Amino acid sequence: MLLSPYPTTTERIRVAALWFWCMLVLIFLVVPIFVPVPLSFNSGSFFTFPLAGVSTRWYEVVLGTPRWRAAIGNSLLIGAGATVLATFLGTLTAIGLSDPKFPARRYIVPLLISPLIVPVVVTAVGTYLFYARLGLANTYAGIILAHTVLASPFVVVTVGASLSGFDRNLMRATSILGAKPLTGFLRVMLPLILPGVLSGAAFAFVTSFDEVVVVQFLANAQQRTLPLEMFTGLREQLSPAITAAATLMMGLSILLLIVANLLARRSRQAGAPAE
Amino acid sequence: MSSIAISGIKTRTGAMDRSDSLRPLALAAPLLLLLAFSFGAPIVLLLSRAVYEPTIANTLPHTIAALGTDSAAGVPAEPVFHAFAEDMKAAQAAGAIYEFAKTLNTRLPGARSQVLRVARLAGQDAAVTKEAMIKAAPLLGEDQGWAAIRSGTNRLTSFFLLSAFDLRWTDQGTIGAVPAGQAVFTRVFGRTFLIATLVTLATLALAFPLAYVMTNVRPLIAGIVLVLVLLPFWTSILVRTAAWTVILQKYGLLNDLLLWLGVTSDRLELMYSRTGLIIAMTHIQLPFTLLPIYSVMRAVNTSQLRAAQSLGARPLTVFRRVYLPQVMPGVLAGCLLTFILCLGYYITPVLIGGASDQLISNFIANYVNVELNWEMAAALSFVLLASTLGLYVTMTRYLGLDLFKMG
Repeated sequence: MLLSPYPTTTERIRVAALWFWCMLVLIFLVVPIFVPVPLSFNSGSFFTFPLAGVSTRWYEVVLGTPRWRAAIGNSLLIGAGATVLATFLGTLTAIGLSDPKFPARRYIVPLLISPLIVPVVVTAVGTYLFYARLGLANTYAGIILAHTVLASPFVVVTVGASLSGFDRNLMRATSILGAKPLTGFLRVMLPLILPGVLSGAAFAFVTSFDEVVVVQFLANAQQRTLPLEMFTGLREQLSPAITAAATLMMGLSILLLIVANLLARRSRQAGAPAE
Repeated sequence: MSSIAISGIKTRTGAMDRSDSLRPLALAAPLLLLLAFSFGAPIVLLLSRAVYEPTIANTLPHTIAALGTDSAAGVPAEPVFHAFAEDMKAAQAAGAIYEFAKTLNTRLPGARSQVLRVARLAGQDAAVTKEAMIKAAPLLGEDQGWAAIRSGTNRLTSFFLLSAFDLRWTDQGTIGAVPAGQAVFTRVFGRTFLIATLVTLATLALAFPLAYVMTNVRPLIAGIVLVLVLLPFWTSILVRTAAWTVILQKYGLLNDLLLWLGVTSDRLELMYSRTGLIIAMTHIQLPFTLLPIYSVMRAVNTSQLRAAQSLGARPLTVFRRVYLPQVMPGVLAGCLLTFILCLGYYITPVLIGGASDQLISNFIANYVNVELNWEMAAALSFVLLASTLGLYVTMTRYLGLDLFKMG
């Protein structure tokens, strides 16, 4: 479709140049994120190609040493806490927003999205200052609450998208048939939007699991997470263990987000009103 | 029959209007409360530190009273020095002297050690004289020393916000520039805006043609390309920055490639350089610029383009007069989003930028972590937040939020 039915030579050259440019852009986009993968299996302790040999020694470091294991445990704990909270609160909010009678929507929606826009250092420094007064700094609860804030916009947007295809007449039908609102929600709405909710949960988990700036300010030595361990490692002394950690983190993110997107797609189809 | 049913529904909904709009709000209330507690309150508290600084006023109650009766403009008379000595002694006893010395030092460089010396002196000798105090702390014998103390006795201050723009109150009571040696922040803000602009333009140059091709190929190929775009988008900034630290090393992949292609004859220093930082930031931001452009391009009605062409317009004219105006909202949305996010970059400049490539967020973190100067961190946060939110509000007002659904 890029070419007209009877292309001239200059047009062919232009389209070929366009394709070539796009290929370069795609290479630039995709190749860098996979560079750490082969290096993480390097048996030598340098970051350079060609590899000295293939080994899993750096994965043994990341999965075997107490320091990295504690970091992975902390990341999973904080991620789980933030996911549960953000999914619950974000889903409630998205259901409220899907009601056409929601008041002051044009002010509240940008407010709900703003944690994604406010520079994360400002959020982190402010939260540290505020939590220190309340005794919440250096606590798991504090980090989980701060991550819930950062993750909640993703849940609101994802669940909101699956609700946009939800036929609200179904809820009227449940109440006409005598169901209480909660029963109607649990038996009719939730099953239909569940893929959207789960996909929002996956986004929330990945947001918390990848987050490093807030943790850097709020966490004490016992609460260090996997990204924080990586960040300090990158800052202080480069070790190929970091490429192994990066590969693990990337694998988990991509896996979860593929699942989330498949679920989101299914949710849009399931919730769509029958024509 | 149907009109009766509809009017019946209308009267019912009219009666329930108020409770109907409160119920959806109640569903959103828990999250809004959490945001107020764990997002709104912290930011307000932080910003208040930029203009509210009570330490000096709290430490110097006697001095403030004595200054009230003293009429001298510059260095005050003996009674004020006595009051000051008394305050220093009290602060020393209460353990508040270090906080005071540190706070005064943020406004009066070099004051820290002199304050501590005077406090020790006042603790040893109850009848310490003005002369002895000035000998221990020369700044107390200078006009600028007392100007700093006088302005510090006011709990509300514009000192830090002015400093964020490299400005200060002069002795004549006007606002003027700080000495050239102390002017840092306009340079840092300028650098932040410059790098954000360069990255935005680079992402646009890469994203626009790709988005155009994606809307003009078979759906299967477009789908595959979209996955390739989303793959890095889903990978965390930290992981991608880590990947770039590996690639940009002196003996890393990019230098290998450049040598192999014969573009350069020597290995470049790309780590801790601005070039490296811009390359990495462009890579990270590319999907943010691309997705809004792609979603707008997909909605363009191609029959209009064909109509323009059949009416005799040349390809370039069709592009400029028919296509570009229609995709402009997407281009603006993508570019603004990338620009806003670039202003707040922190991790990538720390790990890839050099000392002269640190952005405003890095200075904020440094003031908190290293210098323990919360007031300056707050003032810089204030300016950064105001720029970011100003652009965000403009963007949502003129372009709507629908363009920012991602993934």
